Amino acid sequence: MPQPLARDISRHLALRARWHPLEIAFWVAALASIFLLSSKHLILTEIAVLALFALSLDLILGYSGIISLGHAAYFGFGGYVAGLLAKYNIISEPVLALVASGLAAAVLGFVTSFLVLRGSDLTRLMVTLGVSLVLREIANQMDWLTGGADGLQGIVLAPVLGLFAFDIAGHVAYVYCLIVLFLLFLLARRIANSPFGLSLRSVKGNPLRASAIGISVNGRLVAVYTLAAGYAGVAGALLTQTTQFVSLDVLSLERSADVLLALVIGGTGYLYGGIIGAVLFKLMQDYLANLTPQYWQFWIGLVLVIIVLVGRERMASWWAPLRARLAPDRSRAGGVQSVAPVEGS
Amino acid sequence: MPAALETIGLVKRFGGITAASDVSLQIEKGARHALIGPNGAGKTTVVNLLTGMLRPTAGHILLDGQDITDVEPYRRVHLGVARTFQINQLFADLTPLEAIGLAVSERMGGGRQWWRLVGKKTEIVDEVVSLIEQFRLSDVMCDRTAILPYGKQRLLEIALAIACRPRVLLLDEPAAGVPEAERHEILATVAGLHKDVTVLLIEHDMDLVFSFADRISVLVNGALFVEGTPDAVARDPRVKAVYLGESLDG
Repeated sequence: MPQPLARDISRHLALRARWHPLEIAFWVAALASIFLLSSKHLILTEIAVLALFALSLDLILGYSGIISLGHAAYFGFGGYVAGLLAKYNIISEPVLALVASGLAAAVLGFVTSFLVLRGSDLTRLMVTLGVSLVLREIANQMDWLTGGADGLQGIVLAPVLGLFAFDIAGHVAYVYCLIVLFLLFLLARRIANSPFGLSLRSVKGNPLRASAIGISVNGRLVAVYTLAAGYAGVAGALLTQTTQFVSLDVLSLERSADVLLALVIGGTGYLYGGIIGAVLFKLMQDYLANLTPQYWQFWIGLVLVIIVLVGRERMASWWAPLRARLAPDRSRAGGVQSVAPVEGS
Repeated sequence: MPAALETIGLVKRFGGITAASDVSLQIEKGARHALIGPNGAGKTTVVNLLTGMLRPTAGHILLDGQDITDVEPYRRVHLGVARTFQINQLFADLTPLEAIGLAVSERMGGGRQWWRLVGKKTEIVDEVVSLIEQFRLSDVMCDRTAILPYGKQRLLEIALAIACRPRVLLLDEPAAGVPEAERHEILATVAGLHKDVTVLLIEHDMDLVFSFADRISVLVNGALFVEGTPDAVARDPRVKAVYLGESLDG
């Protein structure tokens, strides 16, 4: 009797980690876009960068419940580091520079993570916003290094891995971004399905209980915040490398808001939300900007209001069957319907 | 031999209110110790102080003779102090399996492992199996905790504490709100705990207290009032006067 139970348990615990056919289809489609949508590679590159950025926000918002309105701080920091590394020829090979930029942003994330540990959601919103504003102003003041409001000019990149030079049509850039996105997605997926990832979800769900079963809540939050900052830094570095330019706008509030918007559109806490959200957000932006060049933000704003008013839960329930298949164990529990109150917290 | 858990002159003030005043408790190894008292006597405050969720205004807490007054709550769990909550504190979005597996894996130091996949370590799975069986949760083990019946949630609440394999277990009204029919199930699991585990029980139900405890401390207005064996406490006229009168005579 205990034998089959052990097998059931082992299987159930490993359930979330299993690859679903829809996931494989998703990445096959991404791969196909390289060959089938070669005229769209410029916007696809933008999408891939935003997707990675949104994935990084999902790590802290979706997996540990930290809400941030200043995630651009790490995106922009990574972007400037990549730009400076290339401009001053410190590391001209893009992949190495990417790693260095990600690490630099992670260090910044680690240092600032201690600021967001304390307080409620509102405090965190303000602290993260404040950090990004401070960083933007520093970049503005240090114009001898960053170019200030004019942006950092004269970034020249060596070929990727010494083999693939960036081309004007952006084919190499897109393939490069897509590979980075895919690899970092794989890493995030692995982490999300590890005991560490499970402990993050417990910290998000009920920090009081998490500490009562021996989890260092602050330790886990610092770890995931650092990781997410590193991801954001890589995304920022990708933007710099693919556009060969970086300006103060990478640190702007708008940048932080856009990525939050993309993530909210796609849904949090299942890793694909950021990517799907980035695709929808960019396509919507592109379509609306063509339609009404001056008023596209009106429509984006309207969509945001609708999403919030209708409620993510209700929208998610419309496509719950799909989500249930992406995360098979949730189907049993009735998809993503409202949660009955169990905790007193 | 030092007591399993000891407090020396523990004081906790919230502004002008003294929730615990000069509480000196000794809980011997392997004891079944009950802490009782009227509503608002400060029982939960004492548990919160013992687990580190509150910092005392004054006084010390010793675990096996070692001062743990300034130790972080999660580290106290590693040192062997676990608790249950009067009001369920569960992970609504996790299944009982995931929650218990997490608690077991944390105890084994697995929580910082970010590369291994969940559910691949046999020693964790084996222990989860035995906990699931012990607490009769196998029929709901794959359901989200949020949708479990209350009695099952209550069992999970205790299972999570046991999964930490505590040397000292603090039970804050484990049977609170559980229907009469399911009560015995919870009491049986508590009574069936290993004799080496020291238990401090906080409870309103006097039948449960007197059937379970071998020592009872009575807390009134944040201060220890009487302490002794169940018989002695039951006979004590002062206890009858402030607290037990009706339930014992009645």
